[in-house]
Amino acid sequence: MNVNSHGKVAQGINWRQVIVPAIVSILFFTVLTGLLYPLTITGLAQAIFPYQANGSLLTDAEGNVVGSELIGQQFNVPAYFWGRLSATGPVPYNAAASSGSNLGPMNPALIGPEGMIQARIAALHDANAAAGVTVDGPIPVDLVTASGSGLDPHISPAAAAYQAPRIAALRGIDVERVRALVDQHTEGRVFGILGDPRVNVLRLNLALDAQYPLPAAH
Amino acid sequence: MTANGLLQIGLFLLILVVVAKPLGLYIYSVYEGRSILGRVFGPVERGLYRLFGTREDAEMNWKTYTLAVLAFSLASVILLYALQRLQGSLPLNPEHLGAVSPDSSFNTAASFVTNTNWQGYAGESTMSYLTQMLGLTVQNFVSAAVGMAVLMAFIRGFVRQTATTLGNFWVDLTRGTLYILLPMAIVVSLVIVSQGAVQNLSPYQTAQVLDEIAQGDADGASTTEQILAMGPAASQVAIKHLGTNGGGFFNANAAHPFENPTPLTDLILILAETVIATGLTYTFGKMVGDTRQGWAILTAMLIVLAVFMTGAYAAEAAGTPQLEALGADVVASDVNPGGNMEGKETRFGIARSALFATATTATSTGAVNTMHDSLTPLGGLVTLFMMQMSESVLGGVGSGLYSGMLIYAIVAVFIAGLMVGRTPEYLGKKIEAFEMKIASIIILVMPALVLGFTALAVISADGAATIYNTDPPAHGFSEVLYAFTSGANNNGSAFAGLGANTPFYNTTIGLAMLFGRFFLIVASLAIAGSLAQKKAVPASEGTLPTHTGLFIAMLIGVVIIVGALTFVPALALGPIVEHLSMIVG
Repeated sequence: MNVNSHGKVAQGINWRQVIVPAIVSILFFTVLTGLLYPLTITGLAQAIFPYQANGSLLTDAEGNVVGSELIGQQFNVPAYFWGRLSATGPVPYNAAASSGSNLGPMNPALIGPEGMIQARIAALHDANAAAGVTVDGPIPVDLVTASGSGLDPHISPAAAAYQAPRIAALRGIDVERVRALVDQHTEGRVFGILGDPRVNVLRLNLALDAQYPLPAAH
Repeated sequence: MTANGLLQIGLFLLILVVVAKPLGLYIYSVYEGRSILGRVFGPVERGLYRLFGTREDAEMNWKTYTLAVLAFSLASVILLYALQRLQGSLPLNPEHLGAVSPDSSFNTAASFVTNTNWQGYAGESTMSYLTQMLGLTVQNFVSAAVGMAVLMAFIRGFVRQTATTLGNFWVDLTRGTLYILLPMAIVVSLVIVSQGAVQNLSPYQTAQVLDEIAQGDADGASTTEQILAMGPAASQVAIKHLGTNGGGFFNANAAHPFENPTPLTDLILILAETVIATGLTYTFGKMVGDTRQGWAILTAMLIVLAVFMTGAYAAEAAGTPQLEALGADVVASDVNPGGNMEGKETRFGIARSALFATATTATSTGAVNTMHDSLTPLGGLVTLFMMQMSESVLGGVGSGLYSGMLIYAIVAVFIAGLMVGRTPEYLGKKIEAFEMKIASIIILVMPALVLGFTALAVISADGAATIYNTDPPAHGFSEVLYAFTSGANNNGSAFAGLGANTPFYNTTIGLAMLFGRFFLIVASLAIAGSLAQKKAVPASEGTLPTHTGLFIAMLIGVVIIVGALTFVPALALGPIVEHLSMIVG
């Protein structure tokens, strides 16, 4: 009823080619691409790249997980470098509920006098004042805006440089040492082309604690 | 804008041009049944056809082909709906996530089967690992394979003469999945895992954070723990890009470091979502026996893409006067990203974010590495406009041609025919009243869906209730316009400030997605069925050559003018008025 090999007109619908194949094929593809494929990839990933496949987790000397090198953490203590703003709820840097602020560029909650950006700028100025340092000039834009994921592990080198005097003052060390540490933790563009230069905030703060521990912590 | 930013855009476009031919030839060989993989797995493939109850040579007329597409998709919707409703009692659910609500399940089923991947839900807090794998990952594969299959049938309409059949849907579906999507997905998955994308079945991890007082919430409570969402992400991420699906494993999609950890994975994922659509233009040229036809189509697409991509980059790099007034340093340098960094990731910066936003809306992918709701008004306008050109600039795999650029090409030859008073032809086939009627309907359906539903949403209480970004109101309007533009064009990205996980939006966007996909598939296959029956007419002096610069310019003109004329009034109410109020300050 469908068509013969001479291409003769067959206007009818061949239901045998429709219903049963639809049911059998979706079941087949479900097993193949929904089970075999992800499980095979999981097996290969766990065998070849176990560190990455399990979240690039960082551990302390006792083996406790202290975070992931790919996932940012909230830092409020002024003696730590601060990361991007995070709009995740109910707490910032909630790695079980990634989210951006989704605020439009003209939204008062973003740019108003009570807005997110103004609050961050005030907090940075206050922290500088409390540490007895003054940093003039505009603040690098990534330090006053929220990331897309709410989990951005990086800040720009400029955002780290902006905070270096504060960190140095609070840890009682020369600012050049802090800058050197930032330089060590700065990643360039991939192949010199892709992406932007960046500093991993968690790793930088871990290195700070290791090399220049907070006076209060001892 | 920086030289590096422009270099990143240029590099991306260059890679597309380079891969078009080799990948296009491979895809051609797959559907001809002569691919390398096809030879190796031929016996398995033929066994599958026996299992399905079909044969490699059982050809279908356009009606049977169309019904096969619809039956397969219906079975998919039912299966995906059931999985979500039952996930609470099914295995592979370490976080004990409960059943998804009925309206959200319908929306998500429609969304993934239509290759849209609009997500009203947040992945890590809604979907069990089983649903993500057995439901969503499967549709990422097969909805893309359906798109490519329909394109093959559509092109056969031009190629075949006095024929009644367009191929066998089950054969096209199987070959596209087995020989194109699956091997590419395996490679991309492993590469992104090597860079840090997660791939495991573990429960969520708990980390003791460094700054112990930090995570206080509004009630003054504090926590020293960070819960890290896990899961088989990489395998799904790879195919959501390759298949121009776009639905994130995690809520933040490709902005999430566990999906897209480095600038290198970012390039790979952008390429993944564009190379198949690019290669298909060459496949098209090869199938119709004149590869210049494919190059002409690709040239038109890449010109539009390059212009709008650069425009989006310029808009985002300029930042906003408000950011500057507050005291943010928006001037880019080697150490400072500058520009509008709200909603963007540091590792990608402005250029990669603008590049991604344009590519993801030009193709019907809809994955995001930057939050579109926080784009500058003109950056947001670019993303809207890329979709409003009917996803014809690369577009979805397959659909970018069969309901996008090739339909515009038919309209372009028709308009050219009117100018010189001749019967229009395209690829040797006369374009007559029937084809033109259907092509017009295809072009009109999408704007009708978008503008109709947008109007309904802003005047109805149910729709207006969850527009949270009402200051300024133009932005709230943009969010609604974006939601339906994204749904009807099967893109799936969002201006995510809109509260879209409500019965109203789940239902209306669900309907927009289903019509936007399946109505156009039926219409395109009807054109193919009609064209296949015709004899080829030899080219005469009156035939408009469709591989020349003149035709490319004409085609771009039709795409822009048809897209622009329909949507300019709506865009004026949204991003344009927001831009004007922004620069006034």
